[in-house]
Amino acid sequence: MSKLNLEQGINALKEQIDGPTAAFFSSCVHCGLCAEACLFYTETNDPKYTPINKVEPLRRVWESEYTLFGKLKKALGLSKPVTDEMLSEWETLIYDGCTLCGRCSMVCPVGNDITGMIRKVREGLVASDHAPEGLVGASTRAVKIGSPMGVRLKALSAQIKHIEKDTGLTIPIDVEGADYMALLSSMEIINFPEYIESLAKIFKQANVTWTISSEAFEATNSGIQIGSSDIARELVQRVVDAAEKLKVKTVISPECGHAYTAIRWEGPNLIGRPYPFKVIHILELLDELQQSGRLKTAGKLAKKLTFHDPCQIVRKGGVEAQPRRLLNSVSSNFVEMSEHGNMNWCCGGGGGVSANERADELRLKVFNRKKIQLEEVNVEVMVTACANCRLVLEEGLEENNMDMPVIGLTELISEHLLEDRE
Amino acid sequence: MEFFSNANDFLMWTKGSAFTIAVSIFIVGVLVRLLEILLLGRKTDYSEPRGTEWKGGLKNIISRSVVDKGTFKRAPFVIVVGYIWHIAFLVVLLFFVPHIELIKAILGLQWPGLATPLVDAFAVVAIVSMLAMLWHRMTHPVMKFLTTYEDYLVWLVTFLPLITGYIAFHRMIAPYPLALGLHILSVEILLIVFPFSKLMHAFTLFIARWYTGAMMGRKGIES
Amino acid sequence: MTKQTLYEMLQQQGISRRGFLKYCTALTSLMALPPAMIPTVAKALESAKRPSVIWLSFQECTGCTESLTRSHSPTIEGLIFDHISLDYHHTLQAASGEAAEHAREQAMKDNYGKYLVVVDGSIPLADPGYSTIAGISNLDMLNETVAGAAAVIAVGTCAAYGGLPHADPNPTGAVSASSLIKDKPVINVPGCPPIPTVISGVLAHYLTFGSIPELDDLGRPKVFYGQSIHDRCYRRPFYDKGLFAETFDDEGAKKGWCLYRLGCKGPMTYNACATLKWNQQTSWPVESGHGCLGCSEPNFWDAGSFYQALSIPDGDYAKAAGYAVAAGVVLGAAAGYANQKIKAESAAEHTEVSVDDFSLNKKQ
Repeated sequence: MSKLNLEQGINALKEQIDGPTAAFFSSCVHCGLCAEACLFYTETNDPKYTPINKVEPLRRVWESEYTLFGKLKKALGLSKPVTDEMLSEWETLIYDGCTLCGRCSMVCPVGNDITGMIRKVREGLVASDHAPEGLVGASTRAVKIGSPMGVRLKALSAQIKHIEKDTGLTIPIDVEGADYMALLSSMEIINFPEYIESLAKIFKQANVTWTISSEAFEATNSGIQIGSSDIARELVQRVVDAAEKLKVKTVISPECGHAYTAIRWEGPNLIGRPYPFKVIHILELLDELQQSGRLKTAGKLAKKLTFHDPCQIVRKGGVEAQPRRLLNSVSSNFVEMSEHGNMNWCCGGGGGVSANERADELRLKVFNRKKIQLEEVNVEVMVTACANCRLVLEEGLEENNMDMPVIGLTELISEHLLEDRE
Repeated sequence: MEFFSNANDFLMWTKGSAFTIAVSIFIVGVLVRLLEILLLGRKTDYSEPRGTEWKGGLKNIISRSVVDKGTFKRAPFVIVVGYIWHIAFLVVLLFFVPHIELIKAILGLQWPGLATPLVDAFAVVAIVSMLAMLWHRMTHPVMKFLTTYEDYLVWLVTFLPLITGYIAFHRMIAPYPLALGLHILSVEILLIVFPFSKLMHAFTLFIARWYTGAMMGRKGIES
Repeated sequence: MTKQTLYEMLQQQGISRRGFLKYCTALTSLMALPPAMIPTVAKALESAKRPSVIWLSFQECTGCTESLTRSHSPTIEGLIFDHISLDYHHTLQAASGEAAEHAREQAMKDNYGKYLVVVDGSIPLADPGYSTIAGISNLDMLNETVAGAAAVIAVGTCAAYGGLPHADPNPTGAVSASSLIKDKPVINVPGCPPIPTVISGVLAHYLTFGSIPELDDLGRPKVFYGQSIHDRCYRRPFYDKGLFAETFDDEGAKKGWCLYRLGCKGPMTYNACATLKWNQQTSWPVESGHGCLGCSEPNFWDAGSFYQALSIPDGDYAKAAGYAVAAGVVLGAAAGYANQKIKAESAAEHTEVSVDDFSLNKKQ
């Protein structure tokens, strides 16, 4: 008998409700503006994707458990209960129709953090066994193998060896006492090893001591995506243990959106204590190095390019100015999309949607929003700072026959390094 | 008028015991709702802050009143009518001299009023904007989808004070004590429904904006 | 004496035909009748016979009688009052005791079914001893006198609605005349006191048409009480412009601005003060700088302070609000405590999720 059931699901929702949740539900006036902020509504015109509708299970639990009036309604049998059928229906809204991009939370006129509540609903869906196959698989691989894509140390070592051979640089592994411990996402290891190479080049020039842990190199956290604090905690703990073991001062979150949220913001709360080390996003670090003069670049790319803000890093992570400073240092023709920075539109594949094959069709449909944005600026190159965004963008561009390279920002910087120590 | 021998008695009842009852329910209800929210609290956040919570929280309380350009383009109706409604309503509520007298008597606060025909014009604007919002709620697919019976009830109890106030001001129902009594009674109904409905947003939106702004301020996100 | 008509009586008093017609014109317009009715009114009044009137004074202050009789110069209104055969008025008549009561009984007998009863003052029901005349309780006298009356005119707010004696806590159990009289027409002429012109106007109407005028829901003649003070107030333009006096001696007060904020009850008061004025049309309360008290309305004594704006609630709301705050805090704290308990329970019931628990993983 599975212990994941409706009762556990409702209990998990009860556990998730806090002061902010209560304030948010008390404030919603059903104005419908959040729908206009959500690409799943704007690109489908289906009102069921209205963000506030996605948190209805949480609202019902809040009303019947945490308000006097709701308790009275429940006692009189007037409240609508959360049922298994309801949760099955909401599973597709929550996992297929939401990327946790946080745009609705920016637009809500009463200030409701709707995305934060959707994240909470996912806890309830996991606890009631309503998570989609793709994310269950990714989480299982993350816990059992160490990577949602099933990437093992062996594969990383092979890539490292390859890069070391190509560049003549050393990629430090398990170096105790290094200043920085770099984390990687599986996608970077498999699809974009240029990132690792770029790190090595940049850190060499900037004279940064760094390392990769053989025990915890994976930055992604499927627990955050599926929405299970228990699974997320287990995965974060591995990173914390490795960083503490290697006694590093700072852990670098890679070009991956949710990894930053997981390790930077949710991690300490998952393990219930502050870290003895700092967590920094690679873009923050590059900016710091550049501002302090340790990172020098030469030449500027003349091609017209734009920057796709990864939701978790910019809108939900606060790293907004850094990518722009970095880009302007290596590009002479950087243009912004109509809505950018905090208000950028999601690629459509965040929040675990790209790992959820069931949502593929919908994801490609809502990519239309990005397509419109790109058509407006008419650029030759797209730059981003999230491996997942990058893959989703590439797929979307291909599907729409738009021929345009998508480059990682770190990689772009490394390509413009001033080569003064040859 | 079965329970009252005349319109004056009805008016006196609305100004007397009915008002006392309504205000008491309103106060108890609002306090309970606010304490329910605030006492739930938040878990300690152990992540290293990049900015301060109070700065982000306070800023968000203000900045949320201004909508971003993109959203404005996509939903101009809700935003424009929403603004017009709230402003017109607040002008009528706060700048009509008889209302100021009421506030002065109850709270001891006082400010100058506006010329009555101006307030009257704002009342018309408020009434029209409410009708427009009702129409929008009944026709826009998202609004239709989200709307519950409570939304219509809240619309009604908000609309009644406006329309009865308009009728009383223009003395469209005679005798006047009946018209004024109906207006006061409708406000009392509003006060009683208030704590048990989304009308609470008038108070809780500040808490909601603060919490979200504080979260953003902590992360160093511009709200 | 009883055969003399009103016109004859006026002639005797030295009123010219011209003066009489002027009065008829004014009266016609006062009663809101078309000008074409002036000859009818004149003709009716010319031939009007003296009706017998019995004036019953109960719990009252004599202010209403004063209002009617204390005109400084003789007016036609006053003369109309003179014209009636006031067969009983224990304040005014010389006779007292049994002689007075005899006069009343005689008048009733002589004019049975035709005389008018004017009631002035409220009737105590709690204990008849509060007000008696010649040992007869007010209630008994009223019942006895009204039995043979053609109609009853309740003069003043006490008679019309209970007035001051009826004000909270109403120790005498005072009630209005109309609440006791069920089988005779009652015309309420409220006011504290009523405008003399209105009293005589009602009498004139009765003399002219032999019937009672059209009444509103509160039993008042619509011609005199159809419009509110506010509607006819000369200060109304200031209300509309939002110009209000805030104290009795500020600039606004001196400029004659609206007295709403000083407690004027004009908007809810139906009376003719603003048009008929007082003291031979010299002035009226609002013109002299004081807000309307609302004296022609039922229970005006209990309608809040005379000096508080009409919009201000009246009642123990401040005390109730105090209790409500205390109750809200206690109830809210209790609800908050209960919520924390629910939250703690849910945390205790939390079963840690492991990837092996997903049914998807079990099928494999």
